[in-house]
Amino acid sequence: MRLKLLGALGVAALLAGCSNDHTNTGANTGSGAAVQPSGPVPGSEADLVANVGDRVFFELNQSGLSADAKTTLDKQADWLSKYPQVAVQIAGNCDDRGTEEYNLALGQRRANAARDYLVAKGSASSRLTTISYGKDRPTATGEGEDVWAQNRNAITSVQ
Amino acid sequence: MVSISSRYLPDHEAEALAEAFGPNGMRRRSLLGGGLAMGAGLVGGLTATPLSAWAADAPEAEITVDQARTAPIPIVIPSFGPGVGEQITQVVTNDLSNTGLFKVLPGSAMSGTPDFAPYKAMGAHAAVTGGFSGSGSIRVEFRLWDVLAGQQIQGTAYTTNAANWRRIAHIIGDVIYERMLGEKGYFDTRIGFISRSGSVHQPRMRLAVMDQDGANCRILSSTQTKLPAFSPVRDQIAFLSYASSVPRIYVFDLASGHQRIIGDFNGVPLGPHYSPDGSSLVVPVAKGSGSDLYSVNIASGAKRQITSSGGAINVSPSFSPDGSQIVFNSDKGGSPALYIMSASGGSARRLSYGSGHYGDSVWSPRGDLIGFTRISGGQFSLGVMNPDGTGERIMTQGYTVESPSFCPNGRVLAFSRSGPNGGAAIHTIDITGFHEQAIPTPEGGSGPTWSPLNV
Repeated sequence: MRLKLLGALGVAALLAGCSNDHTNTGANTGSGAAVQPSGPVPGSEADLVANVGDRVFFELNQSGLSADAKTTLDKQADWLSKYPQVAVQIAGNCDDRGTEEYNLALGQRRANAARDYLVAKGSASSRLTTISYGKDRPTATGEGEDVWAQNRNAITSVQ
Repeated sequence: MVSISSRYLPDHEAEALAEAFGPNGMRRRSLLGGGLAMGAGLVGGLTATPLSAWAADAPEAEITVDQARTAPIPIVIPSFGPGVGEQITQVVTNDLSNTGLFKVLPGSAMSGTPDFAPYKAMGAHAAVTGGFSGSGSIRVEFRLWDVLAGQQIQGTAYTTNAANWRRIAHIIGDVIYERMLGEKGYFDTRIGFISRSGSVHQPRMRLAVMDQDGANCRILSSTQTKLPAFSPVRDQIAFLSYASSVPRIYVFDLASGHQRIIGDFNGVPLGPHYSPDGSSLVVPVAKGSGSDLYSVNIASGAKRQITSSGGAINVSPSFSPDGSQIVFNSDKGGSPALYIMSASGGSARRLSYGSGHYGDSVWSPRGDLIGFTRISGGQFSLGVMNPDGTGERIMTQGYTVESPSFCPNGRVLAFSRSGPNGGAAIHTIDITGFHEQAIPTPEGGSGPTWSPLNV
């Protein structure tokens, strides 16, 4: 119950924080002035990225969800419940400190971990697909732990 | 025919060799047969005719090399003639030089039985003479001579379509390799790989195949592809494709250009790996938090699960040449390490105990070594160890060096090397760790898989 409540508050805060998003709904036309559409369309990929967080991060060779990761996934679950028409794909990614084939399996393990958490939070599994890119799609390039940490993730995207 | 023995190296050079090439050194095998079957990628036919020795008192000889070697064998290869003749000479020269086992010396062309005195004076142990004639249909004549004994070792005339000149050169290189070193060569082979283009963040990854020296590169797929595996017995490459919404395993027939889907897995298939007879694939299938190995019959599609990971990741399976055992990569012990088990499954014995993570397990076609990638201290290494886990030896290191694949005679590995900003390229290195070379490809390259010797 507490989680659900927090989720609802989160959505309310989110709506308050991006009122300009709702130009098309006619909700903000009271002043009579034309409001230029700006900011992400609700339920869109950009909305997910800007207002929820599209990705969670993992430790080296791990697929366990950290407290931060769970917080982000909680928000994703709420967002998914708000936009029931949206289907998402969860892509598991790895840093390049592993072999191609192991990382392909590890990326799948991470994507599955994120998916399973969302399902446990009430998202329908039929709306969630997973894919692993192994280490083929690094967010950041270069050398060092800062770079690698960014690339160990599960990224949720709107399909 | 007369068999003779010839010592090519002083004794003091023989020792390190034994270490590099095993206790038996390099030993001659039987003489090559006179004919050659039609081969993969061959345009028209190919006829090979034995050439008798020039002089009646110079019968064909067989060289026996009982010593292992460290120093390259000096061999004279004069030009086979202008135009295509010279191109053939260059390919033969490159093939032999790239092994690091031959030192090719220039010489002036001679007809008939060579005058061995100048060859002896320049320190050559062997010499090649050859000629080229024709245009649409070509005839390439080639003889290998034992300079020290002053005798012909091999003489063959190849008649074929001109488009096959490059293969003829590789075949000649393989004949020289086999006659001088006592085991089959690997020049008349190809390497399947992933041709990489586009951005580092979202690369285009297409299946490609090229000759082992980088020539004749062809892109085979238009869709995203990963983890290719060349059949050990036929012109076929299995791979993981992202052509549909879910990744699937395909086999691509190189002769016909046809491909088909293999298996329908209750989970996500990863890279396919062939059994030694080419009849089945072992495929890791990811499900839940782990991945288990499944054996799939290519013809019937019948599947059998051969590991029960309990959530561990099992990948990179590779058969022993006799098909009885499988080496694979598993993190069931907490971090990725190499294990060996019976090919039918059951309990597995841990093989790697060094620090860091191990992966990319691959069994040499000779059976004597297992190649691997080791990741330790922030660096990748490429190494080999004995199948009992002893004798670990690192051949090369880098930001990433991975995906090793043995050539058919087990002397050389192809692998991919890349830096922190991408730029993956196919390299080869011999099992002693010498003679690393980049194979030129039109785009970037990763995931090499070596074909069997063309037949």
